[in-house]
Amino acid sequence: MAAILDRRTLLAGAAASSTLPFIGGPASAADPLKVGFLYVGPVGDFGYTHAHDVARKKLQEAYGDKIKTNYVENVPEGPDAERVLRQLAQEGNKIIFATSFGFMNATAKVAKALPKTYFEHGTGYMRGPNLATYNARFYEGRAVIGTIAGMMSKSGVGGYVASFPIPEVVMGINCFTLAARKINPKFQTKVLWLSTWYDPAKEADAAKALADQGCDIITQHTDSPAPLQVCEQRGLYGFGQASDMSSIAPKAHLTAIVDNWAPYYIGRVKDVMDGTWKTADTWWGLKQDMVEIAPYNAAMPDNVKKAADEVKNGIIAGTLHPVTGPISDNKGNQKLKDGEKATDQALSSMDWYVEGVQS
Amino acid sequence: MPFRLEPRKTPSHAALYGGPVAAILLTMLTGAAIFAAMGFHGGAAVFQIFVQPLLEPERWPDIAVKASPLVMIATGLAIGFRANVWNIGAEGQYIVGAIAGTGVGLAFHETDGWWVLPLMLAAGVLGGAVWAAIPALLRIRLKVSEILTSLMLTYVAVQLLYYLVRGPWRDPEGFNFPQTRMFTEAETVPNLLEGTQLHWGAPLTLICVIVAWFVMSRMLAGYQVRVVGLAPAAARLAGFSENRTVLVTMLVGGALAGLAGIIECSATFGQLTPQFPLNYGFTAIIVAFLGRLHPIGVLIGGLVLAASFIGADIAQTASGLPQAATGLIQALMLFFLLAVDILVNNRMRFITPLARAS
Amino acid sequence: MLISIVMTLVIAATPILLAGLGELIAEKSGVLNLGVEGMMLVGAVAGFIATTLTGVTPLGYVVAALAGLAASLLFAALTLTLGANQVATGLALTIFGTGLSSLAGAGFVGTTITRLEPFFPAALATHPLGRLVFGYDVIVYLTIGLTLAAAHFLNHTRSGLILRGVGESDASAHAIGYPVTAIRYGAVAFGGAMAGLAGAYYSLAVTPMWADRITAGRGWIALALVVFSAWRPWRLLLGAYIFGAVMTLELYSKAAGFALLPPEMLAMLPYLATVAALAVIALRPSRGRLDAPRCLGKTFQAGA
Repeated sequence: MAAILDRRTLLAGAAASSTLPFIGGPASAADPLKVGFLYVGPVGDFGYTHAHDVARKKLQEAYGDKIKTNYVENVPEGPDAERVLRQLAQEGNKIIFATSFGFMNATAKVAKALPKTYFEHGTGYMRGPNLATYNARFYEGRAVIGTIAGMMSKSGVGGYVASFPIPEVVMGINCFTLAARKINPKFQTKVLWLSTWYDPAKEADAAKALADQGCDIITQHTDSPAPLQVCEQRGLYGFGQASDMSSIAPKAHLTAIVDNWAPYYIGRVKDVMDGTWKTADTWWGLKQDMVEIAPYNAAMPDNVKKAADEVKNGIIAGTLHPVTGPISDNKGNQKLKDGEKATDQALSSMDWYVEGVQS
Repeated sequence: MPFRLEPRKTPSHAALYGGPVAAILLTMLTGAAIFAAMGFHGGAAVFQIFVQPLLEPERWPDIAVKASPLVMIATGLAIGFRANVWNIGAEGQYIVGAIAGTGVGLAFHETDGWWVLPLMLAAGVLGGAVWAAIPALLRIRLKVSEILTSLMLTYVAVQLLYYLVRGPWRDPEGFNFPQTRMFTEAETVPNLLEGTQLHWGAPLTLICVIVAWFVMSRMLAGYQVRVVGLAPAAARLAGFSENRTVLVTMLVGGALAGLAGIIECSATFGQLTPQFPLNYGFTAIIVAFLGRLHPIGVLIGGLVLAASFIGADIAQTASGLPQAATGLIQALMLFFLLAVDILVNNRMRFITPLARAS
Repeated sequence: MLISIVMTLVIAATPILLAGLGELIAEKSGVLNLGVEGMMLVGAVAGFIATTLTGVTPLGYVVAALAGLAASLLFAALTLTLGANQVATGLALTIFGTGLSSLAGAGFVGTTITRLEPFFPAALATHPLGRLVFGYDVIVYLTIGLTLAAAHFLNHTRSGLILRGVGESDASAHAIGYPVTAIRYGAVAFGGAMAGLAGAYYSLAVTPMWADRITAGRGWIALALVVFSAWRPWRLLLGAYIFGAVMTLELYSKAAGFALLPPEMLAMLPYLATVAALAVIALRPSRGRLDAPRCLGKTFQAGA
């Protein structure tokens, strides 16, 4: 159906009102480059969104007066995201980072409508001439902590507080289990699906339930440090998620998978400033420091640290791929042949579990 | 208490019209003070929240899009509230309306035809009405308070939504994400203004407001509703059935909420996801009160509140104001309005020692 | 493991029982305060901040109760003195409390505090059954004690009778000479203090940290609980443990590897049960006074 109202009439009004002092005037060449961020959660979540904001601050520091970053937090996935993306673009942000998978449709729509602005969608898969995607190989981090779990767990059963059975979470569970089983071939992973990324009380209860089922080392793909608190209280071990959470659980926190988005943000903004920005699909990991392993707990035995470092360095050097065959799923079907490595495509659509996973 | 409230003989017009203005001004002042105390540019932040969206034409379509579901739901609620029928479950009716409409959409996913969308909208209306009928019937037959039942059913509706999008209605090509398929073009409420989110739901809301205003002020049905609310005994003497009023107003409230739900789902979301419930059903209650339960007032109140949502996002980028400040400001606005509202029907008389002696 | 399940259940039930108890008293006096979630959050953040700054956890609980009380007084002033609509004001209070707590708590994310120790000496809790009874912190026992006290107050004291009278027929109570507004103020304030305490239980005991919206909607569950209990404290206790059981068992059964029902159906149960309970109560003959207080939600007008 054709649009009834004409955008031109509205824009004429906009031109007239732009003489008002509070609204931005014409941009000059010396103006700092505006960089926008769209967050799904609060910057105070101490987890996923917090990691993005830490990176944003590093980005601002890196370029000082040359850029001006700003963000909108707690944006629900849906029409509000579309509105805020458009608003950020209209406020003059030249490159906008949409940091959650659920922003995908909104970002794609706005990118098509506003071709002069660059959009970067985190953890998504839709691209366009002015829409790039980026993601982190969290699963590499899972391989490292899986190694630690395999060595530190006495019961041989690990607990996994999970959110949704989407490929990203599934590949994490699989890599964790595969790595643990390299150390202890009988290692089992019990998974609890909470259907939420963030609900501290529920996450705590899930950790308790897993602990009571015999898990003595707990990891998570949810955003609050609640499971770690349970570990601390019960004398179990756990891992931090997205950020170093050792301040919450000094005894239980062995290490964490830390999301380090700063190098990517700094690089992409430089591309914009140099005029060389092109759409891309970037999936970095340990090698490019997008995924970092937090400092090991001092109480961790040296041989465990050594084994973990070996895995980490192997992945960085390219000699070790966390998902290398022969691998069968937990129903007995062979999924990867001897020496066969899982492709990026296979990982991005993973919907099966390796042996040892009880989901 | 150093003052006494004395009922007025006739409502004060000054308070009636000046009240909301005073409430907003008080909110702006208090908000500015609180933000300044927190270390932000208080005045600038408040300006960005309340005024700036109205000054930027690029944001006007956004205000209309945000206001549309709020006003549609609130119009229905206001009618009920006038009759002392307290439908607190509009959020649930909104969700069930969207579910019903989505169900129709998914069933006819392969077909193309002009009739698909109207059928979805009709399903939305029906879904919302049915969900409201439950508390209505419980009140009529068993005298159970509709406040509590409608509220409980909201949570049931939310869980039903989660169940459907995680299970039977999950998009088979969606990588296991809890969401339905995207609606086809035949299933989407058409866009009204290219380059914005403005859709045909907005003029539809306007029509609902006008119809509601006409019915409430010019038709017998509207008169009945108001009398049942203000003077139930007189209503009974006049032969106005309270039960029928409860049923009709609950159904209207549910129907409008359900319609708003499917429109929002189709026009702005494009699919059903777990993020669909945005508490519009509860915010609409506030809009109804901001608008003093009058259809035109509801329209204005909805626009003001919608503008404050948009403005809060502007304040986030321009002043660094945290998102949580939005709720604070909106709540303050309502608090002040409720406080100022008293002066419409009551005069505040300060008790001096002399007056006390007499 | 059964011991562990029961203990988790008790801990899950305690805050909703506490908040529910406060709301029960308020509603018995005729006031419907939908702002429970907001008051809980205000209590949660105030308690956490107080504990972080002073290092004294019990003080945190006291501050939380006072914060909840203060929030409830805002509600009371608007609805009882100025006669504003209780539903709208309660909702506004929830929104206000959510926003205020988020703003206040922003600087305290990432810190943790020490929980309260179990109330009884550890010696009693060495045996698993001993732990089941004696292994909780003081708030759990306080909550049960308060339930007892509330039941006694409502049913066996004169003041309780007056409170109930105010809730059933404010005009009659006023005619007899009782200060209806003052009594309701007290009931609402009690409700606020309990809600604040309940909220603090989340930030100080269940998950000792501050996170946005840490109560995650439990305030609404408390409201449902009051209705489910037919406004009787003992039923409230039972209901809270049933709700707690449903919430806990869902996770434990999943962890053990079997699902009783789709989790969403399980989550619906408390609310459906509440609606059913309301219908059942209404179907029974009127002896036993199981109805809602007749003046619930209505504004009292002294002059009328």
